[in-house]
Amino acid sequence: MNLESLKSEIEANVPGCRLEIVSNPSLSGQHSLLLGPSRALEVALFLRDAEALRFDYCSNVTGIDWPAPTTKGKVKEMGEGFEDDAEEEEAQLTGHLEAVYHLYSMEKKHGPVILRMKTEDRVERVHLPSLTPVWRSADFQEREIFDLFGIVFDGHPDLRRILMWDEFEDHPMRRDYVEPDDYEYEPTAHDDVLRKTQQHHGGAA
Amino acid sequence: MTTLTASPFESQLLEVSMGPQHPSTHGVFRMDVALDGERVVKLKPIFGYLHRNHEKIAENETYLGSMPYTDRLDYFCSITNNWAYALAVETLAGIQVPERAEYLRVITGELTRLQNHACLVGFLMQDMGASGTPLMYAFREREKILDLFESLTGARMMCNYMRFGGCRVDLPAGWLDQAKQVVEAFPRFLDEYESLLAGNEILMARTQGVGVLSKELAINAGVTGPMLRASGVNYDLRKVDKYGIYDRFSFRVPLGDHGDVYDRYMVRLLEMRESVKILRQAMKDIPGGPIQDPKTKIRGFRPKTGEAYGRIEAPKGELGFYLISDGSPCPYRYRVRPPSLINLTILEDMCLGQNIADVVIILGSVDIVMGEVDR
Repeated sequence: MNLESLKSEIEANVPGCRLEIVSNPSLSGQHSLLLGPSRALEVALFLRDAEALRFDYCSNVTGIDWPAPTTKGKVKEMGEGFEDDAEEEEAQLTGHLEAVYHLYSMEKKHGPVILRMKTEDRVERVHLPSLTPVWRSADFQEREIFDLFGIVFDGHPDLRRILMWDEFEDHPMRRDYVEPDDYEYEPTAHDDVLRKTQQHHGGAA
Repeated sequence: MTTLTASPFESQLLEVSMGPQHPSTHGVFRMDVALDGERVVKLKPIFGYLHRNHEKIAENETYLGSMPYTDRLDYFCSITNNWAYALAVETLAGIQVPERAEYLRVITGELTRLQNHACLVGFLMQDMGASGTPLMYAFREREKILDLFESLTGARMMCNYMRFGGCRVDLPAGWLDQAKQVVEAFPRFLDEYESLLAGNEILMARTQGVGVLSKELAINAGVTGPMLRASGVNYDLRKVDKYGIYDRFSFRVPLGDHGDVYDRYMVRLLEMRESVKILRQAMKDIPGGPIQDPKTKIRGFRPKTGEAYGRIEAPKGELGFYLISDGSPCPYRYRVRPPSLINLTILEDMCLGQNIADVVIILGSVDIVMGEVDR
């Protein structure tokens, strides 16, 4: 299916939605649609229910963490005149989290169409609309993203941690995650673990 | 039945925590159940006991380094896990797989499906109270297939068999004849199994009309594999995507009518017969030639920047891998789409209004492996 025509079809039917094609440079050729969160639910409903599309099956839902680049190394590679670019980029880049949805149609047997949504940053504004009301299959997977990446899905019927225990803080799948050093839940602390624990509590090793 | 006068007895809901060490939960899985008498009025699955953040570990490992670890997801079906991962990497990097390797993948993959389904129907009978015999019959057959895996890959369960662009080792001498014998004997096991249990009154009473899953809900909840087809949806990735060389084989997709436990049980029995058909064709047609694409550099493998989602029809449903490469030797993002986890989404819907004893067999008919649910 042609992504350009799909994009214009969605835009014609869901006025006011923000869509952008994200091209995929790899040989897989799986390009995706970046969706603005404001009308995401309407777009999802349209994709699911439109007669010609019928994306009734949301296969895979996952999160990605894109932290702000901390070194200028990555910017330097981009080409000449990196000095100015680097300053500009660092001013605006705060990093973001992303949720990716892979949609297929069981009725029409086509797909995938890949939807992505971005949060505004990684700390405060990490809310995205939940698509679980449209596809139940997103239920556990959005909970997993909430648990491991820390995206908050507004409108999710039961947003709780799913793999980590309830008292756990932080989100282990983030790139800058540091494992806790006090090992409250580690029953047999010894060697390295014990040293870290003692350092954490300020005691002498 | 309603009564006009209030009951003289106090009646309250009883909360039961089934698991995580309950023998029927197939691993460390817990269900918090609220019961009204024996009827289930609420059920919440709780898991994560085996969580080791497989995805994070794989993101700090090279592409090849994750291959043996995929064995440990669904530890019953290591070869199909390898296949799904290899397929995702091959999609990402545009790798071609030689003819013989494709046949080897189909043969080992379908053998995996045989032993997974055989065990599932055995365990389901065990859950139902038919202790021992059906499960041991199934294990006897599984043993023969595991012996084949052992002589081919060196390991019975953790096979680590596939590589990007091919397979790790070629068939040892005489393997194909041995495998043909096992496959030819397999329908006899199925006949025996069915003659023992077909029409059994207890089996019918316990499974028919129990744990019904409607077609619409199954599709919306992303249920895949034999469970989806038992609800009457014709969606088998071997037919839809035709990945590998599945378009060359003639086989049918068994479908259920009612979406109850009985249909799920029967669909698996029928799928085994279809797998035997595929195996016969594949073992007849397998060509000679290389088993590894010579242009693919397996060690120090660095795919170009980009992303890919690859999926296969694993015995439990759609197993997918989503990979993002940033050009480095490790994947930037590595995601497993586990069929057992997503098939659990509708566990509560299937159990509501059923007896507590039925919860055990409804869970058994979902076919979960905690290594894959928790990752």
